[in-house]
Amino acid sequence: MDIAFVIEKFVLVAIIFGISLVIAMYSTYAERKVAAFLQDRLGPDRAGPFGILQPLADGLKMFMKEEIIPTNASKWLFMIGPGLAMLTACIGTAVIPWGSAITIGDRVIPLQVTDINVGILYIFGVVSLGVYGVMIGGWASNNKYSLLSAIRAASQNISYEIAMGLSIIALLLVTGSMSLKEIVEGQHGWHWNVLYQPVGFILFMVCAFAETNRAPFDLPECETELIGGYHTEYSSMKLGFYLFAEYINMFVSAAVMATLYFGGYNYPGMDWVLANTGAVIGPLIGVGVFFIKIFAFIFFFMWVRWTIPRFRYDQLMHLGWKVLIPLAIANIVVTSVVIAVIEGF
Amino acid sequence: MEPLTSKKKVLEQKPLTFAERMYLPAIAKGMAITISHFFKKEATIRYPEVEREFSTNFRGMHSLKRDEEGKERCTACGLCALSCPAEAITMIAAERKPEEKDLYREEKYASVYEINMLRCIFCGLCEEACPKEAIYLDGPIVPADYLRKDFIYGKDKLVEQPLNK
Amino acid sequence: MTTSIFYFVATLSIIFSLMVIFAKNPVHSVLYLIVTFFTFTVHYILLNAQFLAVVNFIVYMGAIMVLFLFVLMLLNLNKDNEPLKSTLIKVVGVIAGCCLLVTLAGALKATAISDPVVLRNPNLGLVKNLGKELFGPFMLPFELCSILLLSAMVGAILLTKKEKV
Repeated sequence: MDIAFVIEKFVLVAIIFGISLVIAMYSTYAERKVAAFLQDRLGPDRAGPFGILQPLADGLKMFMKEEIIPTNASKWLFMIGPGLAMLTACIGTAVIPWGSAITIGDRVIPLQVTDINVGILYIFGVVSLGVYGVMIGGWASNNKYSLLSAIRAASQNISYEIAMGLSIIALLLVTGSMSLKEIVEGQHGWHWNVLYQPVGFILFMVCAFAETNRAPFDLPECETELIGGYHTEYSSMKLGFYLFAEYINMFVSAAVMATLYFGGYNYPGMDWVLANTGAVIGPLIGVGVFFIKIFAFIFFFMWVRWTIPRFRYDQLMHLGWKVLIPLAIANIVVTSVVIAVIEGF
Repeated sequence: MEPLTSKKKVLEQKPLTFAERMYLPAIAKGMAITISHFFKKEATIRYPEVEREFSTNFRGMHSLKRDEEGKERCTACGLCALSCPAEAITMIAAERKPEEKDLYREEKYASVYEINMLRCIFCGLCEEACPKEAIYLDGPIVPADYLRKDFIYGKDKLVEQPLNK
Repeated sequence: MTTSIFYFVATLSIIFSLMVIFAKNPVHSVLYLIVTFFTFTVHYILLNAQFLAVVNFIVYMGAIMVLFLFVLMLLNLNKDNEPLKSTLIKVVGVIAGCCLLVTLAGALKATAISDPVVLRNPNLGLVKNLGKELFGPFMLPFELCSILLLSAMVGAILLTKKEKV
């Protein structure tokens, strides 16, 4: 562990953190723009050219607002809630491989903070931890709507985690590894996992929608029934943290979907490009391709949000337990039978 | 009971077929509709910079007209005030002095002419009542303001700008 | 390095486990329990048992404790509606506690004389090796465990179902 290694990792973490914050910021802007375009409107276009300064204005507004802590709230937990939501949203980026290694001189710099051999499970654990931010915040507010929303969030997350885990198991049967780096490298060129696991991908995507509390599964912040949901009592930057965490979650889950099923930084014809552009530019093109995939997924998230109406709570549970879980189990059985047949028992 | 009209339609609710219960085709259909709107022209008009064109018979803010030589046409006959159903118009008449001959067309003119825009209903009866073709509701929308007194428009706001200036 | 981290984390786990018992508010108590489980996860990582660490993280911290919290939030436990405990229950509690203490003391005495177990393969905790062990030599106990869990699940569902008359 030399000092250069520490600096390298530190810089990488700082860059990834910065990028995910900026993307989350501009996701709020993109969400409003996409919503507007889908509804034949213009969206925010006053702050700066095309309104690109709008997120800064929103952030400034959040900072300048008065901070209110309800009298009967549990003060410390009320403050820990948004911080926890933000933390669990951010640490998911640590195991995602952003690109193949860059070679500068004789130094090989992997574009991944850490490659642990249980990478998928780590992501899964972080996601399952994400619900604590919502639950603690909702309970500490001492408001019945916040509490109801927190409970909804908890049961929704737990229900969909099972289906998500089962869909990942089918993927693991195909890839044979839990390390995200190895999974991505196994999808070289166009051998993307979505071609081998289409059902698994759809299951995973539906669960990702539910885990990030995005429409059509945004029941925890269902305005018509629960005022603002778990962040009813929050104001100022604490509210901002909750809203921000949602967009970072969306970014992370888009990145995970691109990594697991859409080949990460792999693209058809990458060998030729890598051979002709050198050891620095080539991997960076891969990073660019990865980000294009991520943005496509983020756009898809928004597109779905402005198309599909919200599920009712019993429909949500019905879908999770009686449709997705049996489908996921069937997917595992079919996948393992096919693999067994191909490999000749 | 005998139905009164033949328009009654009995809706039969069939259980969903398997394809319908799959959700995904219906979702794909909905998504196709929304994405088609993504490429359509937006209906928004950027208001302060761009204004929507009014129809030809739109009645907006009043203006007091001048004749070809730039003299005010109004002779303070009071017919507009009389015809106004909302009683929004008041005026004080005065006699023209010899040196004001190129300002007013007739010997009598309105020294004060006020319309209360909060009372006005933009019916256009004043326009029809005017024998001298002096008042027309051809202006833009009356802008918003904070105080009631600011909605009483005097001659400074109502009289049309002279042509040569 | 590793030893000092171990002592630090071990102290933390003991402190937080004590907090679980001494916290007045049941929700706070559960939250301390979650932190305790987190320190256990760190212990597993120190032992190079990555799979166990992550599973402890997902299953205990991410799922079971959420359910605990869930139930406690719904129950809304206060001092006012705490049920009165009879003397009999208190006596039984004291006896049970003493039994646990004796067992723990006995276990502690037993470990003092046995040699510490040294793993032949220090990478046993990695997913690949652990899987090979579980589905190789330990196949039967593993499957029996899963059947036990399944029967527990079926039993729980059966208990919640009302008897059909």
